[in-house]
Amino acid sequence: MNAHVEHAEAEIFQKYFWSTDHKVIAMQYLFTGMAMALIGGFFAYVFRMQLGFPNQHVPGYGLVTPGRYNALVTMHGSIMIFWVAMPVLIAAFGNFLIPLMVGCDDMAFPRINRLSYQIFLLSALVLLSSFLVKGGPFGGAWTAYPPLSAVGSYNLTPIGATLWLVAVALEFVAFLLGGINFTVTTMNSRAPGMKMYDIPLVIWMIVLASVIFMASVGPLVAGAIMLLFDQTVSTGFFDPSRGGDPLLWQHLFWFFGHPEVYVVLLPAMGIVAEVLTVFARKKMFGYKTVLYTTWAVGFLSFVVWAHHQFVAGIDPRMANIFSVTTLLISVPVTEMVFLYIATLYGGSIHLDTPMLWALAFIAEFMIGGVTGIFLGSSGTDIYLHDTYFIIAHFHYTFVPIAIIAVFAGITFWYPKMFGRMLNETLGKIHFWGTVAAFNVIFIPLFITGTAGDQRRVYSYAQFAELSRPALQHLRTTSTIALLVMLSFQFVFLFNFFWSLRSGKPAGTNPWRSTTLEWTVPSPPPHGNFAVLPTVYRGPYEYGVPGRADDFFPQNVPD
Amino acid sequence: MLERYLTAASTYAHSIDHLFILIALVVGFWLIAAEGMMFALVFKFRAKDGRPTQYITGEEPQLKRWISIPHYIIIVCDIVILAGAVMVWYNIKQVLPPADVTVRVIGQQWAWSFQQPGPDGVLDTADDIRTVGELHVMVNTTYRFELLSRDVVHSFAVPAFRLKQDALPGRTITGWFRPNRVGTYDIQCTQMCGIGHAMMAGRIVVETPQDHAAWLLRNTDPPVAVEQAPAVSPAMGDSLAAMAAVRR
Repeated sequence: MNAHVEHAEAEIFQKYFWSTDHKVIAMQYLFTGMAMALIGGFFAYVFRMQLGFPNQHVPGYGLVTPGRYNALVTMHGSIMIFWVAMPVLIAAFGNFLIPLMVGCDDMAFPRINRLSYQIFLLSALVLLSSFLVKGGPFGGAWTAYPPLSAVGSYNLTPIGATLWLVAVALEFVAFLLGGINFTVTTMNSRAPGMKMYDIPLVIWMIVLASVIFMASVGPLVAGAIMLLFDQTVSTGFFDPSRGGDPLLWQHLFWFFGHPEVYVVLLPAMGIVAEVLTVFARKKMFGYKTVLYTTWAVGFLSFVVWAHHQFVAGIDPRMANIFSVTTLLISVPVTEMVFLYIATLYGGSIHLDTPMLWALAFIAEFMIGGVTGIFLGSSGTDIYLHDTYFIIAHFHYTFVPIAIIAVFAGITFWYPKMFGRMLNETLGKIHFWGTVAAFNVIFIPLFITGTAGDQRRVYSYAQFAELSRPALQHLRTTSTIALLVMLSFQFVFLFNFFWSLRSGKPAGTNPWRSTTLEWTVPSPPPHGNFAVLPTVYRGPYEYGVPGRADDFFPQNVPD
Repeated sequence: MLERYLTAASTYAHSIDHLFILIALVVGFWLIAAEGMMFALVFKFRAKDGRPTQYITGEEPQLKRWISIPHYIIIVCDIVILAGAVMVWYNIKQVLPPADVTVRVIGQQWAWSFQQPGPDGVLDTADDIRTVGELHVMVNTTYRFELLSRDVVHSFAVPAFRLKQDALPGRTITGWFRPNRVGTYDIQCTQMCGIGHAMMAGRIVVETPQDHAAWLLRNTDPPVAVEQAPAVSPAMGDSLAAMAAVRR
């Protein structure tokens, strides 16, 4: 082995695994997130097979026992939120887009950025390692309510429960480091001339999401350590027989858990704003109003957490207060969605694949939004709490967020990331297959939830009201639709990897967009800008009267 | 609407169902309006040669009206829904109507057990009737329940009653229900409680006064049976034994 090869190997390692370049770190997050999405999707396939075709051998897995079922739903939830939605929406898009869109060469703290990914990778490995330990992975739901999560003889997965907790805590550390970076870079490293109201919405939203995350996660990190002590050194923070209180965990968890919904929603809204304006060739309708509603949502998201606990044994009078705040949050969110719809007015709408995803996001997210009213209203929540109605509701928010908006973002920025265009026909096949199947998965679950199906139950055989054939048909329909949706993802994977080599060369600005990332070569070189840009206007100047082109890039002088 | 899927068997089931319908009508209207508006705009403003895009900032008062007026109406709708939600909640969860009978409901991994007064009508006396997996109640009688958990968090749910309340170790949570329809209904545990969660089923049997009296009599004969064997159904007994075996 000569020194030359060794040197080249070191270079590859340096470039792809030890890089401080924000674009490489973004790709690390993106590919890790995609790999975790495959795992989380596989789990959904396994437990939906058990529900659709009870007690049969699941191809590729085997028999689903109650213990395994609990572990699968717990891991599906944890992975999709913490190891898919967050790394892809915030970390991958945040890392890739922030320096490119605010016009600087890299993140403010590149080495903290690298550390952030490394800790994130470690957290994923810790989580996956729980599949190898005695007792298997934690099965006490992604909310990990004690005493079930705290006591090994209750959950029967003592090692898995601890590994889950450590993994989640490490993941939080990774995103705290990332959040600091995103906020500081956006505030301090903007191109000359880029005023606060010239920042593209996606950047604003990633930054606000990071701020919300950093402000809400503290109590849960503390809670996680208390729970870890309860598990390992027999403290009694959540043990009532020793003066602790299990409800305390629920408050700490949901004080973070509800803002977390908006932590992932906001970047998705941001991505959709970028795509919508480009393909409608329209200025954002009420840019500042969108921003103000985002702040309002961010603030309100801190005062709604107990709507997860209406029937948890909190003082019943509290439910009224949290019902009011919860319905209040519908005011800014509705405003935001209306502004997005209004942006279409007077546009010139091109239905390319990214635009289809963006429109689907709005259409599907509205269903998720309005069904939330049933659950935020304390009266109906008594019945619907912990049923499949809520499963269907939050999948109508999280699938648009973590799947549909992510596909909008990937199909939109793929040319910039890899310098090639994705195949448009395959993109449309993937789009229609995914979105149509998605609705067929979850609309039946609204009905089974309304009929009383409770969550996290591997079999309804014990319940006379629920083991009726009519309900089983709905569950089976949902499972079949999931199989369809999952199989269409292979179209995407093929398109993604095939286009890396064989896609049409993208050029600098294939979508004729105005923001700064489209002024650099695709893919952008190390250091991004040959000459650091100057910004002269806001991000969405389409159809400016008196100009030959219908777009007016941010960096072009008047 | 809910009754198409599931019987309503308690006095407050209908108030929850009505609230559900109210919300469905209000949000259904807005959902259809907003989706319709969106698809109409996509169709009307699809790209056409020679039609330039309009330069609209969103500050124009005559356009902003299209957002702000619906928005004010939505705030009114929110208030209507809230009023309904709080009213229903208040009647079910915040007030305790005078109870005819008080029963104790105990959740544990993985069974519901019940303690109810015997012929003397008083809880915690020697003639109490203890059952596992089955609660017998009398129709048109207001029951107060004291909900306990022996180990982890459970949730006592009777879908036909539209009743749901978490059981927490270390506290006693009170609530009430008044069954108004004779029949046998499912009891669920709706809070993840370990590997037997799906097995934590029970039945609530709503009986006519005559049937209930007969059941009471059956279960207090021989008189003063303190440590009476619980009335476990065979299926329930099997699953419990299986669970216990799994738990080592």
